[in-house]
Formats: sequence, C-alpha cells, structure tokens
Amino acid sequence: MSVVRQRSVLPGFGLSLGFTVTYLSLIVLIPLAAAFIRTAEMSWGDFVQAVASPRVLASYRLSFGVSLLAALVNAFFGFIVAWVLVRYSFPGRKIVDALVDLPFALPTAVAGIALTAIYAKNGWVGQWAEPMWSGFLAWLTGVMPSVDWKKLLGAQIAFDRPGVFIALTFIGLPFVVRTLQPVLEELEPELEEAAASLGANRWQTMTRVIFPELLPPLITGFALAFARAVGEYGSVVFIAGNRPMHSEITPLLIITKLEQYDVRGATAIAVVMLVTSFILLFLINLLQKWSRRHHRI
Amino acid sequence: MAGIASSLTEKQGSARGGTPRVIRNPLWVRVLFMTIAFVFVAFFLVLPLSAVFGEALRKGLRVYLASFNDPDALSAIKLTLLTALCAVPANLVFGIAASWCIAKFDFRGKALLTTLIDLPFAVSPVISGLIYVLVFGLQGWLGPYLGAGDHPWFGEWFNQQDIKIIFAVPGIVLATMFVTFPFVARELIPLMQAQGSDEEYAALTLGASGWQMFWRVTLPNIKWGLFYGVILCNARAMGEFGAVSVVSGHIRGETNTMPLHIEILYNEYNFVAAFAVSSLLALLALVTLVLKSLIEWQHARTRKDAASA
Amino acid sequence: MSIQATQLSKTFGTYTALAGVDLNVERGKLVALLGPSGSGKTTLLRIIAGLEYADPGSGRILFHGEDVTDEPAGKRKVGFVFQHYALFRHMTVFENIAFGLRVRKRRDRPSRSEIADRVNRLLKLVQLESHGSRYPHQLSGGQRQRIALARALAVEPKVLLLDEPFGALDAKVRKELRRWLRQFHDEINLTTVFVTHDQEEALEIADTVVIMNNARIEQVGTPQEIYDRPASPFVYQFIGNVNVLRAQALAQAGAHAANPGTLHADGQVYVRPHDIEVTPHLPGAPGIAAVVRFIHAAGPAARLTLEQVQNRETVEVETSRVTLASLDLKVGDLVNLRLRQAHSFDDDYAI
Repeated sequence: MSVVRQRSVLPGFGLSLGFTVTYLSLIVLIPLAAAFIRTAEMSWGDFVQAVASPRVLASYRLSFGVSLLAALVNAFFGFIVAWVLVRYSFPGRKIVDALVDLPFALPTAVAGIALTAIYAKNGWVGQWAEPMWSGFLAWLTGVMPSVDWKKLLGAQIAFDRPGVFIALTFIGLPFVVRTLQPVLEELEPELEEAAASLGANRWQTMTRVIFPELLPPLITGFALAFARAVGEYGSVVFIAGNRPMHSEITPLLIITKLEQYDVRGATAIAVVMLVTSFILLFLINLLQKWSRRHHRI
Repeated sequence: MAGIASSLTEKQGSARGGTPRVIRNPLWVRVLFMTIAFVFVAFFLVLPLSAVFGEALRKGLRVYLASFNDPDALSAIKLTLLTALCAVPANLVFGIAASWCIAKFDFRGKALLTTLIDLPFAVSPVISGLIYVLVFGLQGWLGPYLGAGDHPWFGEWFNQQDIKIIFAVPGIVLATMFVTFPFVARELIPLMQAQGSDEEYAALTLGASGWQMFWRVTLPNIKWGLFYGVILCNARAMGEFGAVSVVSGHIRGETNTMPLHIEILYNEYNFVAAFAVSSLLALLALVTLVLKSLIEWQHARTRKDAASA
Repeated sequence: MSIQATQLSKTFGTYTALAGVDLNVERGKLVALLGPSGSGKTTLLRIIAGLEYADPGSGRILFHGEDVTDEPAGKRKVGFVFQHYALFRHMTVFENIAFGLRVRKRRDRPSRSEIADRVNRLLKLVQLESHGSRYPHQLSGGQRQRIALARALAVEPKVLLLDEPFGALDAKVRKELRRWLRQFHDEINLTTVFVTHDQEEALEIADTVVIMNNARIEQVGTPQEIYDRPASPFVYQFIGNVNVLRAQALAQAGAHAANPGTLHADGQVYVRPHDIEVTPHLPGAPGIAAVVRFIHAAGPAARLTLEQVQNRETVEVETSRVTLASLDLKVGDLVNLRLRQAHSFDDDYAI
C-alpha cells in the first residue's frame, strides 16, 4: 500500500497505520491467502473433481437456493417490520426494535438447537405445523402429481429442507430491517404530503413515491441477508438433518471433508465460496455507493 | 456483512412514529402490517428465545442448576471467557489504531484498507477456521514445524515451548480474533469521521502532547462507540461456533468452548444440560441487546441536546 | 507580539490554497483576513497557528522576529478559536478553560487554586461567571464562542487567532459579539488576527484589513483605505457596492476620475453608487443620459436603478432622501448622471 499524504499536525499516523496493516495482514490477509495458494497447488482436474462432484453440486444448489428463498422472505417481512417500527407507535416498540438484533447477538449454536426444539415433531410449533406440512404436500401432489414434492421440499419440517429455510430466515432477519430503518426514518413526511397534495392516492404514493426511495436499501439488505445465509453453519446443522445430496449445506460439506482429512478438497470448496462472497461483497458495495449517490439527489 | 454493526452513527433516533400526521395508511393496512410484523417477530425471535429457557427449566430448577456442576461445563465456560479476554482487547486496540489513521488522515489506499477491514464479515465461519488449519495445521505452512522439530530454527523452538496451535487454545483464540476482527473498527471509523478533528487541534494549540490529546480528548469522545463495538465483539467472540468448531479438535474439558460443549451435550441427547449452558449464552445475548439499546438511547439523547442548544 | 509570514505557499494536490503570501501584523493590532471562500484565508491562519504545514521549503513564520516555522502548535503560544468552537464536549466549561493549564508538565503547571482563580477570572472577563459547571451543549452559540475564547486565553497566548469567529451565529448575536470583541481587544491589547468573509465585520472592527483572493493577498490597509482606494478591480467589487461603467460613458460624464490619465479605449470605470450625482436632464449638459427605472425609497437613503440611454446598461445610484425629494423624480424620467469620483485600473489590460 503506497502512502502519499499531506503532512499533518496530528500525531500517530505512522504508528496507527503500521499497526493496522500489520495486524490486518497477520490475522486476515495471510491466512486467507493460504486458501488460495493451497488451491493453486492443485491440478485443474483435481480442482474440478473437488468442487464439482455431484455431492458438492447438490450442496451448492441447496445452500444458494434456500438462501435465496430465505432472503426473499426476509425482504418481504423485513420491509413490514421496518415500516411498523418506524411509522407506528405502540407499547413495546422499543423492545421489538431491540429484539430484531437477536440473531446477531444469540450464538448460532444456541439458535440452532432452540429452533430445532420448536419445530421438531413434538415441539411447540412442530406438533401442529407438521401435520399441516404433510397436508400441504399432499395437496401439492394432488395438484401437480408429476413432481416429487416430498423430495423437492422435504418430507418434514425439522431435520429436512424446511429446517434449513427456517434457520437461514432467522439469521438473515435483522439485515433488511436494519438497512431499511435509517432510510425510512430519514424519509421526509413532506414527500408524502406533497404527493397527496398533488392528488395521488395512498396506493399511488406508496408505490410511486415511497417504494422507489426504499428500493436500494431493500436490495442491499436482501443481498446482505443472502450472503450471510450462504456461509451460515451453526444454526443450520442442528435442524437440517444433514443428509448428503439432500439437506447438506456447503459449509457442512467443508467440515465433513476436513474430518476425512481431505484438506485439499475442503480448501477448494472454500475457495469457490470465498470468491462468491467477495463478488457479493463487491456488488453490495457498488449498490451502497449507488444508493448513497441516489439518496443525495 | 458490513454495515449492520455500525448503526450507532447512522441511526438518528428520530423515531417519527409518535408524531401525529394527517396522511397515513388506512386503518386496515395498519392493522394488517402490525399483525404480520408481530406474528413474524413472535415466530422467529420470541419463540426461539423462550424455548431456550423453557427447555432448560423443563425438569425444574434443581436439574437446571445441576447442569453447571460438571467439570466439563465449567472448563468450557472458563475457556470461553479466556478466549473473549484475548480476542476482544486485541481487536479493541486494532479498532482504535485503524479508525485513528482512517478517520484523521488522508492517504492513498484508504478506501482499500477500509474494505479489507470488513473482509472477515464476508467469510463463512467454517472457512475462517479452515484457513487457520491451512497455516498451522499438520499439513499447513507452519504445521510441520509445530512439534515436528525438523526446522533448523523454529522447529527446535516450537518443540521446546511445546506449542500447539491447531486443536488447542491458541487456534481457538486466533479464529475468534478473525471472526470478530471488524466490530470495533467498523463502529469507530464513521463515528470519528463524523466528529472531525477540531477538538484534537484545539488540544494541540493549548499545549497538549499527543498522548494527552488522545487520553483526554479523543478517547472520552469515542467512549460510547467504543463500548458499543466491544459488547458486539464480545457477544460474537463468546458465541462463535463454526470457526471454533473447525480448529478446536473437540477435546472435552480442554478445547471445548461453551457453544461446542452445547453441541456435544445436544448430540448426546442431554437436552436439559445443553439448554442450560445455552441459557447462559442467551442471557449474554439479552444483556448485549439491552446495553446496545441503552447506548443508542444515550447517543440519541446527547445528539438531541447538542442540536437543541 | 508581531507576526511576519514570508513567501508561504500551500498546495493540496493540484489545488493551490496559498501562492507565495507575505503578511506582516504589527504588535497589538486587530487584523482581519477578508476574502471569499476558497481564497486561502483560513489556510493562512492555520499555518500561522501551526495547525497546518506550508509546503516544504516554501516560507517562514516569525513571531516577534523569532522563527517558529518548525515549532509545533502547542509551543507557539497562540490562542486559536475555531469556527465551530471545538469545545471539548465531555468537559464542563470550567474544565474546558482549565485544559491548557492542566496538560502542562508538573513543574510548569499552576497549582489547583491558581488554575481555579485564573479560570474564574476568564469567566468573568467573558461575562459567563455563573456558567462554569455547565456543559457546552447547554450553552447558546454566542456563549460557546466566548468560552472558546476564554479557553484560548487561559494559556496566556502571545497571539490570538480566530477562524470565522462569528460565522455560525445569527445576525443579531454576530453584531453584538463583534463589538464586544473590539472592546475586549482594546482592553487586553493582544495581537489578534481573525478570518471572515463578511466585509461589514472586517471594516467595522479591524485596525487593518487584509483582502485575499485566489490564494494571494490583494490589498492591505485600514478599513478606510480599503474602501476609498481599492487597489484592484477585485477589491472594488468585493467591498461595498459598485457600478462598472464603460469608459466612453466617462468621457460624456465629464467626471474627475481619481486616476483618469491612463484610460484605454474600451476600459472600465468603477464608481460607488453614492459617488454619482443625479441632475435633471438638460440638452448639452455634461453627464450620462439615463432613464429612471426603479426608485427604492424605503430605508435611510434612497436607491435608484437607472438605465443608460446609450448602451442600456444598468446603473445603481444612492442619494439622500432630501435630494430625491428635491429632484421630484418619477419612473421613466430622463436624467443626467455625473460622477464625483471614479476609478480605473490599468492592469486589466496587462494581457
């Protein structure tokens, strides 16, 4: 990193930058580089073998597919939660507001076993949700018999694909709310009043004035929730059932490979995931830059 | 997953919810929105939290308390505290140094540095653990020298010190440092940028030395942001599961942190004990949330004071 | 203590903030650095204070003949007052003022009671005796500014530097506070330099006004010199109102310009609105023929907007209400304008 700067009267530049760069290199950059260097030592064939075997591909499909679904659901419900928190006053609003951060604060393992306990067949929710799920699957099969719905959606809620979805929704919940909230708070009521005074009805105001303003943070929150869900491990492994080719997420597969002493295979998959998250991070940064510029008007 | 931790500077605390306004959605929309929001929050937040305590106390208080009377549980608690005690101060010092050079100076590569600091948020916890295995593990870069003793200088040294990193406490601390790396810095950088440097300049013209300026002016000004970053960092450090799981080796009573101990108990169908240990971490999460809200509230108040004066 | 700055230059990347500036401030004077934003005045002040460094090797700063160019800010014995006060927000007013004394090394540090005495004296001086235990956010803008001043004075500086000291205040407080600053300066007689972009402020209270533009000093002089004898077209336009007339007009007007000798064919002439005399239009009489377009008679003096007959350009004239009444003018009347005093500048044509 080349350092060209105005000479400043404030002290401590060399010390703080030196420490920052050293610590960053030791803790983050060098270990991360290790993953790429170790993968570069592999032959192309070995690499493809490691990252594109059927079991690995199935885990990508599950991880990315369910993460996408969970992020979409979070975008929808997160929007409503953010709206309610900013616009409506009701007793306990502060508590709900604080609670939104629970998935950040609650250790993932704790969240994992708690969700499992609730949604298992004999759990608080599972005992009545499980029959509903079976009924739902039966109805789907009746409507479209050509699809094996039990295989596609999972035969039960806990220890199957719906469990993965529930865990990933839980951990992605705060992202959309927390990116929307500040923008909603900054949104001037005058904007809506202007629209109303110009003759727009409430629906037109919502869809043409408010929603376009909220779209950039909504997409940002969605992308953040998605990126987090793809890498999530702790809350999923307890509730997923972890059946290979069916409900095994990619991070779990990395651990499985490690336990089989297949460090190279694990590293190769890790590199694929790292590259994906860096691309996501890059896109999110672009998005935030764009929305900031958009917001400044 | 940047941007989330640092709500302190962005949040204006200007909850407009209470102000009566003529233009608002019709009643049925409001009721519908509130209902959906409440149901969603109840199912995904309130229920899991209650489940932790409910399951822990399922067989009564005595069984619950007995769960902690287990040397393995105690050693897991100790290790978790030790890990946080190492990782949090390290990242605290780093956060102050990083925010000082980024917020107060202009230099080329600043944007890149800021992005790199966020990097650990974008890395899956499992991978955070894996990369340390790659560096220190048996097949890793430094692994062969750890305990093998065939390196001319280091091997001998590592041998004498009997240093183990992977599947030992240092690995757990390192992985935890990695996953909690950005918390304090992310909180402080926007805060210090918003505050500007005038007070520091004023201190210098009044004859303060660099350290006097830092301790008497800069630090008191950022103390709330610092505290905020530290509690978030600490919550994550104590609760990290994936990264630690990869590097720990799961040696009962030795390299198990609380989350790992919960996993073992749970897999042994010792549910009450698993949830009992979980309840401690859930309490920690609750305390974190309360403190976080208090700081935000305090911050909004001082802001309002400053604005109204 | 006097201040001398020689050949100061400062560039930020490709932007030049100061281009070889020389400045002399005499001991005990109240000096205003006046200029539009971006003219370099704040940069100059900060370099004098030691808050910024001039470009390497570009110039020197002397306090009372002593070179302080390489002294850090804390050693220069300057009191600096920031535009936005920069009060330490977590300290009380008392602690703010005491800060400069408390950070001294033990052997230079006054005793606790001496510090308290001095702070209380300063609080009295800035007329805020009862506010010592308050926090900055509990004070009004004007009060904060006075506390910032007291804090700067606590270390007994040899030079007082103020960066847009009244910039963040509303108009009424501004006026009060600047008069107060002038009185205050006369009492303590400390060499003082302040930066402002408000000409009224500079002309009203400064002994010497330094006009800056485009990283350079345009003119240095007393307020009266600056107003009556602007050294450049920029100063003319920046200070007070001015009409810019074409030189041909001057020939008709038969005016006595201040330096009429060097007019060029299409030169420009600078005339203050109150230096134009309005007379009834008589054929053959000297003066610029003009038509009255607007009459603004509200206020202490009357202002007329006129249009020159020859080139349809606008002229502003200020006259007393008595004169206006005696002329009995209406919109649309034809009049003659005579210039009592006008300026032109040769260096406009240096290109």
